[in-house]
Amino acid sequence: MSGIRFEDVSHGYGERPVLHEISLDITEQRVGIVGANGSGKSTLARMVNGLVTPDRGRVSVHGRDVAKNGREVRRLVGFVFTNPDNQIVMPTVAEDVAFSLRRRGLAKEEIAGRVAAILERFGLSGHADHAAHRLSGGQKQLLALASVLIAEPAVVVADEPTTLLDARNARLITDLLTGLDQQVLVVTHQLELLAGFDRVIVVEEGRIVADDVPDAAIRHYLGLLA
Amino acid sequence: MIGFYHPGHSLLHRAPALLKLGLLSLLIAVTVALQEPWQLGVVLAVAVLLAASARLPFRALWRQVSPVLWVLAIAVPIQLLFADWVMAVMMGGRLLIAVLLAALFTLTTTVGAVLDACEQLLRPLRRWVDTDRIGLLLALTIRSIPVIAAIVGEVMEARKARGTQGSVMSLAVPVIVRSLQSAEALGDALIARGFDD
Ligand SMILES: Nc1ncnc2c1ncn2[C@@H]1O[C@H](COP(=O)(O)OP(=O)(O)OP(=O)(O)O)[C@@H](O)[C@H]1O
Ligand SMILES: [Mg+2]
Repeated sequence: MSGIRFEDVSHGYGERPVLHEISLDITEQRVGIVGANGSGKSTLARMVNGLVTPDRGRVSVHGRDVAKNGREVRRLVGFVFTNPDNQIVMPTVAEDVAFSLRRRGLAKEEIAGRVAAILERFGLSGHADHAAHRLSGGQKQLLALASVLIAEPAVVVADEPTTLLDARNARLITDLLTGLDQQVLVVTHQLELLAGFDRVIVVEEGRIVADDVPDAAIRHYLGLLA
Repeated sequence: MIGFYHPGHSLLHRAPALLKLGLLSLLIAVTVALQEPWQLGVVLAVAVLLAASARLPFRALWRQVSPVLWVLAIAVPIQLLFADWVMAVMMGGRLLIAVLLAALFTLTTTVGAVLDACEQLLRPLRRWVDTDRIGLLLALTIRSIPVIAAIVGEVMEARKARGTQGSVMSLAVPVIVRSLQSAEALGDALIARGFDD
């Protein structure tokens, strides 16, 4: 039972319906979600790790029901937010990365070793003891990604991870995401970043209106806007 | 702490935070008990030597210590006026030494080490309080200082850009709203990072 599964998922905030009977089987490695503002992309993405639980239907990751086994699922699913400032919990870079392992019951040396390795991988070694909030926007998103990956999730969900970045850093973060061994689900408005993806899902007013390889899905999406 | 930490490998950097905290308290208590200016001079020399051994740059120390100099500039003349010079020197010296020692601690100790120390201190109370949670609360409080400072800065700028000055309320309301929004987002991040209770 691999992948992410939505079965007849509907959801609303208050009276207002936001998602309508969504069914999806996501097993591809690199999957994009696009759609207009307010179409329900973030709601969909946040369901994958249980930040939002659906009013109706069922979401499961690797066969585990998100609503019932939230904690277990969140160990499987790493989440990258749009604004890395909101994701930084600890004052310095190394401490923030280490925070992800706090409840894993690992030895101090083990944690320090893993932190050093992941900071090296993301080119942040020189900033280990620097204040996380003083990093540049691109470096902060790198830090957020490092903090997620150190916990070794099986799936990474990212909700507009490059929206606040310049073109160069957007490309860098996207390349890092698509190069991961993990399954990756990325919500984005930057269509040019989806070229190397395996599958793109188009959401419109809470429904899936296209679900295809990037070229065809993006063409459909742009057709909606025309 | 709060981005004041100055990385290094000196004895002072490597000493356990709890030990440093204990010595800090002890030295300050001793300073308060001392009666002679020359004794203060000895303690001050020790503090300066410690700073030198930790290779702390003068600028970093100055940033920490300079605010208290303003206080001294006002308080010492008052002491001279109403008491004698020994009282003035003792008071000024004690304050200076206390701030210098505290600066040595903040500049050589990471927040993580301070949190671990707090958790160790609270350990005897573990049966009644969740020490992990208190540690997290402390970390988040420290973390939110630069965040809220940044929000205040941005709101002030936005006000300037719109050419409004306005009341304290017009500053407080957007700051509070944005702080709450950022707190909610932080809550999501904590859940996503495995702190979901
Ligand atoms: N916590 C919430 N409470 C109430 N309404 C919400 C909440 N979150 C989202 N909504 C509403 O649900 C709808 C879908 O929101 P969602 O954030 O999923 O859209 P989105 O596709 O991610 O949009 P965007 O591209 O702007 O990020 C929007 O109309 C939004 O106003
Ligand atoms: Mg969104």
